[in-house]
Amino acid sequence: MISTYYAGLFADVGILTLGALSVYIILATGQLSLGNGGFMGIGAYVASYLTVALHWPVTPALLVAGLVAAVVGVIVGFPALRLKGIYLAIATLGFGEMVRSFFLVFEPTGGSGGYRGMPHISISYIWVWAGAIVLLVLALERSRLWLEMRAVHDDETAANLVGLNTTVIKIGAFGLGAAVAAICGGLFAHQYVYIEPGNFGFDRSIDFVLAIILGGSTVGLGALVGALLLVLVPEWLRFLVDWRLAAFGVLLILVLLTRRQGILDRTLIMRLTFRKTA
Amino acid sequence: MLLQQLVNGLTLGAVYTLIALSFSLVMGVLSILNLAIGEVFMLGGYLGFALLAAHVPLAIALLGGMVSTAVVSIVIEKVAYQPLRDAPLITPMLSTLGCSIILQNLVTNLWGSDPLQLPSELFDRRIPLGPISIGLMQLVIIGVAVVLVALVAFLVKKTSAGRALRAVAENRDVARLLGVSPQRVTLLAFAISGALAGAGGVLVSLHYAAITPYVGVDIGLKAIAVMVIGGTTNVWGALLAGPLIGIAEVLTIAYGGSQARDLVVYGLMILILLLRPQGLLGGARSDVGQRV
Repeated sequence: MISTYYAGLFADVGILTLGALSVYIILATGQLSLGNGGFMGIGAYVASYLTVALHWPVTPALLVAGLVAAVVGVIVGFPALRLKGIYLAIATLGFGEMVRSFFLVFEPTGGSGGYRGMPHISISYIWVWAGAIVLLVLALERSRLWLEMRAVHDDETAANLVGLNTTVIKIGAFGLGAAVAAICGGLFAHQYVYIEPGNFGFDRSIDFVLAIILGGSTVGLGALVGALLLVLVPEWLRFLVDWRLAAFGVLLILVLLTRRQGILDRTLIMRLTFRKTA
Repeated sequence: MLLQQLVNGLTLGAVYTLIALSFSLVMGVLSILNLAIGEVFMLGGYLGFALLAAHVPLAIALLGGMVSTAVVSIVIEKVAYQPLRDAPLITPMLSTLGCSIILQNLVTNLWGSDPLQLPSELFDRRIPLGPISIGLMQLVIIGVAVVLVALVAFLVKKTSAGRALRAVAENRDVARLLGVSPQRVTLLAFAISGALAGAGGVLVSLHYAAITPYVGVDIGLKAIAVMVIGGTTNVWGALLAGPLIGIAEVLTIAYGGSQARDLVVYGLMILILLLRPQGLLGGARSDVGQRV
């Protein structure tokens, strides 16, 4: 039996893994989203509203939350087509902040006072979702669709020239990433049973990006590694008391300086599984 | 009442202008977001605060704050940007985030996480102007901001260092072929950017007469919006967009409730990104942005 302390941490790892994957899916098409905290917020509020006000069971509430966010993701994805690189990132940042401030003024879900009353879910329930979505992404990585996404990432013009529909691929990635972020948000809401708009701000979005970049942004499993690191390392640094965050900052910079592709990459996976590098 | 709000908005906007310019110098030259700027700005506020509380004259406090933050910014460049300059854009962005975490922790440990208050006798002098009154400090803040923007504009447009800066921003490789050292230009961009953020910090501590270690995130993010709205290719864009956003924000608080202000600010930013990606005063060259 694990202690409640570790159970809480592992729930956080599962939730953060999904958040990191939501960034990973969008990043696979060469688009950086700094607004996935916003999609997470939409998912958290929609799922919570369904379970609290309409007394739905958690699973269908999560599915609907994912769907709603996917639609919003597609709507965000369209204007995003006009923007590239850092400007796209800034636009998504603006979107995330708008979602946060929308829930601040939106009274039906409590506004700035937050929203409560959700049923609590177990850690195994969180991990069933996290595991299923990780497997889904791993399967996606072996599909033809993934090759097309990488093609858009590597050279959009060339991908267009060989007949790929880059518009659909880029918008689809936004929709899928948004859905995963929303499920992450729904799980978060039912784990903490209290949410407020501040939970889904820029800090959250940047946490997701941090997790996938630290873990390794070229493989889906990097999300898992990054989430583990991001949740556990600050806990291990507790003995430093007041200087814990500074030490975390130093470690973060050191990892980026020594392994800019992230902890996990294809070469490392090959080595760990005793396969010859192709 | 409305006029009084406009004056308050202008003051806030003057601070936004400086931070936005700080972001846009690094962004214009390197196309990266330096996420440490928010905390450099906050640090500037604390330094200015400490100097003012020790009864140092305002001009010296401002200068002291600016020089110290310029040095901090140079250190950030050396540690977090320079080794990662050829990595994808996200990597240096996150390493500057690491710097911002360190700075925030440092300030919290040095000064505590509770807000600090400045002695109020510094702020009581108000100048009546018909129905409204302008605090002496508000005039100082707006004045300093305008002078600094003019200085940066002069530096970028008229000096050889500024020409080098623009050359590297336009095309790094060609600039190198022409004998411009991108390393030195990058260092210069970071130094000026740090000094501007520091000045903004000192001024904001005057504006609110109080400061917390968390002021950097909120104002920093809004400054990014101001940068986008003004346009990164024109120094004066920030001076137009800063007060615009400051006034929009103050008016929203006055008539629509304080919770709605971010909705307005970021809504405006996204509108500009979609309709005029180069910003209000940006040139014809639409910045396509590097790949992630």
